[in-house]
Amino acid sequence: MASASSSAMQDTAVSTGRVTRTFVYLVLALFALFYLLPLYVMGVNSVKPLVEITSGNMMALPQVWTMAPWHSAWSTAQIGVEPTGLKPYFLNSILMVVPAVAISTIVGALNGYILTKWRFRGDTWVFGLMLFSCFIPFQIVLIPMAMVLGQLGLAGSVPGLVLVHVVYGIGFTTLYFRNYYAAFPTELVRAAQIDGAGFFRIFWRILLPVSGPIAVVSVIWQFTNIWNDFLFGASFGGTSQPMTVALNNLVQSSTGVKEYNVHFAGAILAALPTLFVYVVAGRYFVRGLMAGSVKG
Amino acid sequence: MALDTMTDFRTRLQDWLPKLVLAPSFAVTLLFVYGFIAFTVVLSFTGSKMLPRFDFVGFENYAKLFALQHWHIALANIAIFASLYIVICTSIGLLLAILLDQKIRGEGVLRPIYLYPMALSFIVTGTAWKWFLDPGIGLERVMRLWGWESFSFTWIKSNDLALYCIVIAAVWQTSGFVMAMFLAGLRGIDNEILKAAQIDGASNWQLYRRIVIPLLRPAFLSAFVILSHLAIKSYDLVVALTGGGPGRSTEMPATFMYSYTFTRNQMGIGASSAVIMLMTIAAIMVPYLYAELKEKK
Repeated sequence: MASASSSAMQDTAVSTGRVTRTFVYLVLALFALFYLLPLYVMGVNSVKPLVEITSGNMMALPQVWTMAPWHSAWSTAQIGVEPTGLKPYFLNSILMVVPAVAISTIVGALNGYILTKWRFRGDTWVFGLMLFSCFIPFQIVLIPMAMVLGQLGLAGSVPGLVLVHVVYGIGFTTLYFRNYYAAFPTELVRAAQIDGAGFFRIFWRILLPVSGPIAVVSVIWQFTNIWNDFLFGASFGGTSQPMTVALNNLVQSSTGVKEYNVHFAGAILAALPTLFVYVVAGRYFVRGLMAGSVKG
Repeated sequence: MALDTMTDFRTRLQDWLPKLVLAPSFAVTLLFVYGFIAFTVVLSFTGSKMLPRFDFVGFENYAKLFALQHWHIALANIAIFASLYIVICTSIGLLLAILLDQKIRGEGVLRPIYLYPMALSFIVTGTAWKWFLDPGIGLERVMRLWGWESFSFTWIKSNDLALYCIVIAAVWQTSGFVMAMFLAGLRGIDNEILKAAQIDGASNWQLYRRIVIPLLRPAFLSAFVILSHLAIKSYDLVVALTGGGPGRSTEMPATFMYSYTFTRNQMGIGASSAVIMLMTIAAIMVPYLYAELKEKK
């Protein structure tokens, strides 16, 4: 076997023959098809008339192209009892996601700053308790949360959902900023302190200007998670249900003909915002995933 | 004198400010996470039905819970689902990572393709797979139209096999993520070790079997922890893909808890099932988080 002397540092030193390589490419390509398949199915069938799905081939390209399913999914499809389409729910999701992401990221940044640069006795425990809250099965908080939201008059409202997502989101945002700021030289903070800079000034002038990348990671992670949430939306959404709940209602509706093409268009609509974020900032998305799994 | 007290106050404020700013987050966590957990634990020992009541009944709910056929189905399902999900995701993830690590042309195109499902909601994934696996319009029909007349794929309509459809969709969603974790692990391995082994005459197979895979231990551990907690929490995908059916054949603890608490008005039993879920996850997460945080010090 030949030694791979010219390999770039990050690549493996293992080298393979021609036959093996063909096989490797084949397997990789097959898996790529597997991952792309549902996206293809959704895309192709969302621009077909219904009859081409029910009496045609799901894998075939449309014979007649139509945007009617998209229009229906967006503005006229029956969601629950109202023929409103997904539009109002899309708006609910936006109204829920934007403040929830902003608040949880800001709070996470401050928490991370304190937990690394203003350490105190027991800070690891405080962090550990906050971190564990990211992993609890949320079923354990559903009942008391429903009661508290009712008491606060926030049940079934967008502000109620914002509260829920902030509360259960700050564990992760704190984790991101804590790990990021841990690598930032504490000497700089101490020096600024000696020069008379206070708590907020140091944060504002020294930490915040270098926080760009991790802020992007945090925003993307929170955005994806909150947009995709179903359990809280279904439990506490009431009349302000988010997109995921509405999509599920659309697809599971048992009345009338199953309009598969509309379902697929609706599914893509629900997926578009997070897919868009993934396409433009995939690198940060992956970083967020990794940071959330390898805590270190 | 007044100036002195003023500076004194300011320094003391500076000492307290960090804790003051952190306090709301910590208080909210204590209340909304640990307080709520305590509340649900208490409820699980009461005879609550539609609304919380505080008539303590001891372990009655737990006894009832474990006598329920329905709960046994949920437990059996989660055991099968979680083991298949974890094993298949890990195998596919490892395979793809190792293959991608062979100086592949087009890695930059393939990697995002493998990983994008992770950005989708389980409801979207469920919708796509629900119709793709539907015999009437999906895979079975496609195969027959393509000339394989006897092809049959009706898993999603079957009491015994619908669970495996959930495995397929869940694997589709997360295996790319596991790939990314292993790939990061592989890229962190020092090539000198591999070269040294090659000089000693190790074959590719031996290289991976004896050196690379053992070095990936931390990635295996992370993958296991993340996948198992995702499996136990899996709710959305079941709702979107099968709704727990056909019948109750794909019921999971998460769907069980929801239906007993909110639609069947058996809050005490629902709470006790949530406590069991929490204890299972805690048994995996607490030692892991403890070890991770301990190492950092």
